[in-house]
Amino acid sequence: MRRLAGVEDEEKWLAEGIAGIQHTAFFMHRALDANNLREVLKYSALMLSELRTSKLSPQKYYDLYMRAFDELRQLEVFFKDESRHGLPVVDLYELVQHAGNILPRMYLLCTVGSVYIKSKQAPSKDVLKDLVEMCRGVQHPIRGLFLRSYLAQVSRDKLPEIGSEYEGDANTVMDAVEFVLQNFTEMNKLWVRIQHQGPGTVREKQEKERNELRDLVGKNLHVLGQIEGVDLEMYKETVLPRVLEQVVNCKDELAQYYLMECIIQVFPDEYHLQTLETLLAACTQLMVGGLSDLSVLPLTILPTVDTKIVLTQLMDRLSNYAASSPDVLHEFLQVEAFAKLSNAIGKVIDTQIEMPIVGAMTLFVSLLTFTLRVHPDRLDYVDQILGACVVKLSSVPKLEDARAMKQVVALLSAPLEKYNDIVTALTLSNYPRVMDHLDDGTNKVMAMLIIQSIMKNNSCISTADKVEVLFELIKGLIKDLDGTDTEELDEEDFQEEQNSVARLIHMLDNEEPEEMLKIICVVRKHLMTGGTRRLPFTVPPLVFSALRLVRQLDSQGGDITGEEVSATPRKIFQILNQTIEVLSSVPCPELALRLYLQCAEAASDCDLEPAAYEFFTQAFILYEEEIADSKAQVTAIHLIIGTLQRINVFGVENRDTLTHKATGYSARLLKKPDQCRAVYACSHLFWVDDIDGIKDGERALLCLRRALRIANAAQQMSNATRGSSGPVTLFVEILNKYIYFYEKGNPHITPSDIQSLIELINTEMQSDDNGNRRTHSDPFFTSTLRYIRFQKQKGGLIGDKYDLIKL
Amino acid sequence: MVLVLALGDLHVPHRAADLPPKFKSMLVPGKIQHIICTGNLCIKEIHDYLKTICPDLHIVRGEFDEDARYPDTKTLTIGQFKLGLCHGHQVIPWGDLDSLAMLQRQLDVDILVTGHTHQFTAYKHEGGVVINPGSATGACSSINQDVNPSFVLMDIDGLRVVVYVYELIDGEVKVDKIDFKKASTSTSAP
Repeated sequence: MRRLAGVEDEEKWLAEGIAGIQHTAFFMHRALDANNLREVLKYSALMLSELRTSKLSPQKYYDLYMRAFDELRQLEVFFKDESRHGLPVVDLYELVQHAGNILPRMYLLCTVGSVYIKSKQAPSKDVLKDLVEMCRGVQHPIRGLFLRSYLAQVSRDKLPEIGSEYEGDANTVMDAVEFVLQNFTEMNKLWVRIQHQGPGTVREKQEKERNELRDLVGKNLHVLGQIEGVDLEMYKETVLPRVLEQVVNCKDELAQYYLMECIIQVFPDEYHLQTLETLLAACTQLMVGGLSDLSVLPLTILPTVDTKIVLTQLMDRLSNYAASSPDVLHEFLQVEAFAKLSNAIGKVIDTQIEMPIVGAMTLFVSLLTFTLRVHPDRLDYVDQILGACVVKLSSVPKLEDARAMKQVVALLSAPLEKYNDIVTALTLSNYPRVMDHLDDGTNKVMAMLIIQSIMKNNSCISTADKVEVLFELIKGLIKDLDGTDTEELDEEDFQEEQNSVARLIHMLDNEEPEEMLKIICVVRKHLMTGGTRRLPFTVPPLVFSALRLVRQLDSQGGDITGEEVSATPRKIFQILNQTIEVLSSVPCPELALRLYLQCAEAASDCDLEPAAYEFFTQAFILYEEEIADSKAQVTAIHLIIGTLQRINVFGVENRDTLTHKATGYSARLLKKPDQCRAVYACSHLFWVDDIDGIKDGERALLCLRRALRIANAAQQMSNATRGSSGPVTLFVEILNKYIYFYEKGNPHITPSDIQSLIELINTEMQSDDNGNRRTHSDPFFTSTLRYIRFQKQKGGLIGDKYDLIKL
Repeated sequence: MVLVLALGDLHVPHRAADLPPKFKSMLVPGKIQHIICTGNLCIKEIHDYLKTICPDLHIVRGEFDEDARYPDTKTLTIGQFKLGLCHGHQVIPWGDLDSLAMLQRQLDVDILVTGHTHQFTAYKHEGGVVINPGSATGACSSINQDVNPSFVLMDIDGLRVVVYVYELIDGEVKVDKIDFKKASTSTSAP
C-alpha cells in the first residue's frame, strides 16, 4: 500500500516545482527580451506545466501558483504591447489556444483575454463568458480552483459594472453578475468534490485542505457584494436565489455552513431583512445530520450544519442593524421579521429531531436576544418565545443536561437584565412555566438571580398580585420543594438564601395601607410554608414591615374611612401575634420575646392597651418558660424593663402587675451582680421624666435600697468565698443612681443618703478582710465625685442642690 | 490624623435591605483606619462587608445580632483619646444622657459611642463626649419614628477630635461637623 505523502515529500516536490518554474522562466525572460513570441509561448507553456502537478496540498500548491502568477504578470505586459510581438490581440487570443495541455492553455488564454478586454476590441461580457466556460475543461479540484481564481483575479477590474469603462449597450451589470455567478457555481462544485475523493480514513486531512481553499470560493461572493449596480432588486431576483440554489443543492455541510456565513457577512443587513423568508427557507433545507446508510459507508454520524450558529449570526447582525438607527425599526415590522424567524426556528427544531435539547434552547436564547434588542416593547413576542420553550421542554421527561439547564437560565435571565423593572418580567405568563422545568438546584439559582436583580435595580413591587407571582417564582427558596432535602444544604448557602429572601421583603411596598396589608398577608401566607428552619430568618422582616405599616396608619390619624376598612392597627396586631406565635415551633424564644416587645411598644403608641398588655404577657411567658440560659435572661429582663419604662398606655393596675413581675424576676437572676443591676434598672420604672410621666419617688428609692442590700450581700459572699471583698463597682453604680434621682428631684432621697453611701464606698475601698490597706483608687468613684464637685460650682438651683452634699 | 468610622444599628435584613447606595459609594476601602460599630448588624454578611472597608473593626453586641460572641462593652485607645463602645440597650432609660454619662464614667473614657436609639447625637457633658451615630440604614425604631440614615466619621488629631456626621435626607447626603478638644493627656474631663 502506498504510504500517504509525508511533509518532507511535499517539501521536496514543491522545491522541484519552484525550481522548474525558475528554470523555464529564465528562458522565457530571454525570449521576452528578444521579443520572440514563439519562444515566449513555448517556455511559458512549459512553465505553466509545473502547475499540472497533483502531488501538492493546497498550501503548497498556492506557493507554486504564486510563482507562476508573478511570471504571468510580466507576460501580460508583453502581450499588451503589440509593438513587441507584432500580433493583434485577437490573433494572439487564437494563437495561445494551440498550447498542448489544457491547463497551460487556459492560463495563457485568461492572460490574453485580460489584454483583449482592455483593448476594448470585443465586449467584456463575451470574452468573460468564453473564458468561464472554457475553464470547464479543467476538472481537477485543486487545479481548477486555482485556475478559476486566477480568472477571477484578472477579471476583477474588467467587469462591466455601473460606472466602469467596460459598461455599454452590449455590457450590463447583469452580465457581470452572470459571469461571477457562473464562476462561483463551478468553483463550488470543484470544491465540494474534494471530499468525495479517497477513502473515509483520509477524511480529516481532506477537511483541513478544504478549509484552506474555502476563501477562494468565498471571494466570489465578496465580489458580488461589491459590484456597482447590484441593487436590492437584482439581489433578490437573481443573485441570492442562484447562490442559495448552489448552496442547498451541493449537499455538502462544510460548504453550506461556510457559504451561509459568507452570505450573511458580505451582503448588507437591509438586504437580509428584505429577503428574510428566502434565507430562512434555505436554512431549514440545510444538511440535517443523522446516521449514515449502513450499506454504503461504515457507521458514522453524518455531520450537521450548525444551523444554530448560522441563525444566531443572522439574528445578531439584524439586531445591530436595528440598533443603528430608529427609522430602521419599521422595516422589521413591515417584513414581519420576528414571525419569520420564529417560524424558521420552530421548523428547524421540529425537523431536526436528533437535535439535543441544548441546541433548541440555544436557538431560543438567540431569538430572545434578538427580540429584546429589536422589539423590547413587545412583551407578547417574549412570552411567545418562552411558550415555545415550554412546549419543547415538556417533550422531554426530565431536563438533565447541565448545558441545556445553563441555556434555560440564560433565557430566563435575559428579560431580567433587559427590563430593569422586575415587574415587567412578572407579567410574562410563560415565565413561571419555564422555571417549573428546571431542576430544584437550578430553580433556586434562578430565584436568587431574580432577587439579585430586584436588589440591584432597587425595584419596588407594589401590588399583592405581583407579589403573589414573585413568590411563586421563588418558591424554591421559600419552602422545600418535593424531593429536596434541606438537611443536605450547605449551611452558609442556606443562610445566604434566606437572608436574601429577608432582604427582598423590604422591597415590597405600597403607600396605600389597604394594598400594603394585602401584600403583608400574601407574604405571610408563603412564609408560613417555609418550615422551622426558615422562619427565624423570614419572620422578623415581615414583623417589622407590618410594624412600619402600623406606625404609618397611626400617624395618618386613626382608621381610614372606606367601604371595607380592614387595614387597622388592631387587625395588624392580631396578625402579628399569630405570626410571632409560630416561632415557638422552631423554637427561638429569645427572638420571639424581642419581637413581642417591639409590638408592645408599637401598640402602646397606638393607644391599644389590651394589645400592648397581651404582647407583654407573651414576652413574660417566654421569659418564664423558655429562656433558661442565665446570660440570655439578663439581656431579656433588661429589654423588658427598658420597654416597659417607655410604655405609657397602661392603667395603674396593669402597670403595677407588670412592674411587679419585672422587679421580681430581676431579683431572682442567678448572679448577684446581675440581680443588683437589674433591680436598680427597675427604679426607672417608677420615674419617667416626661411631663405627665409617673414620678413615684418612694418606690424608685425602694428599688435602689434593694439593690444596695444585694450589693452588700454580694460583698459578703465574696469575702466568705474568696477571702477578699470584690470591687466596689456595684456601690458606685448605685451611688450614681442616687445622684441621678436626687438631681431629678426625688423628694425621698436626701443629701445624707448620698453622703452615707460615699462613706460606705470609702470604707469598702480602704480595707479588705485581712485588714490590709488598699491604696489604689477606683477611677469610677473618682470621676463620680468629680461630677458632684462640678455640679456644685454650677450655680443656680443645681448648684444649691449639690452644695448640700458634704464631701 | 486618624480617621475612625462610627456606625451601627443597620438591622440588615430584619428592618432594612442594605446600606443606602450613596453611603456605600462613600465608604471606600483603605481610607479609614478604624471602624467602631455599635451593633445590630445583624448578619455575618454585614460584618464581612465592614471588614473590607477596614480590617480594624471593633464591634459590640446589639440585642438582634446573630453573633452572640460580640462583647457587651469595649474600650480602646486611639491616639490621645480613650474610646468606649456599647450598644445601649443595656443602659436604662434608653437614650437617657445622664445614664449614659454614668456608663462613660464607669468605662473611664473620653468618648463614648453608643446606639440603639437610631438618632444621631453628639453631646458634651462633664465627663466627656457621647456620640450616637444613628442608624446607617435608616432602620425604623420604636424610640425614634423619623429616622434618616446616618453615620459618623471622627478625625482624631492630637488632643482634638472633629466629628463629621453624614445624614441622608431626601436623597441627598448632608454633612455637619462638631469640634471637641480635651484639655490634657490625662483621662480627666476637660
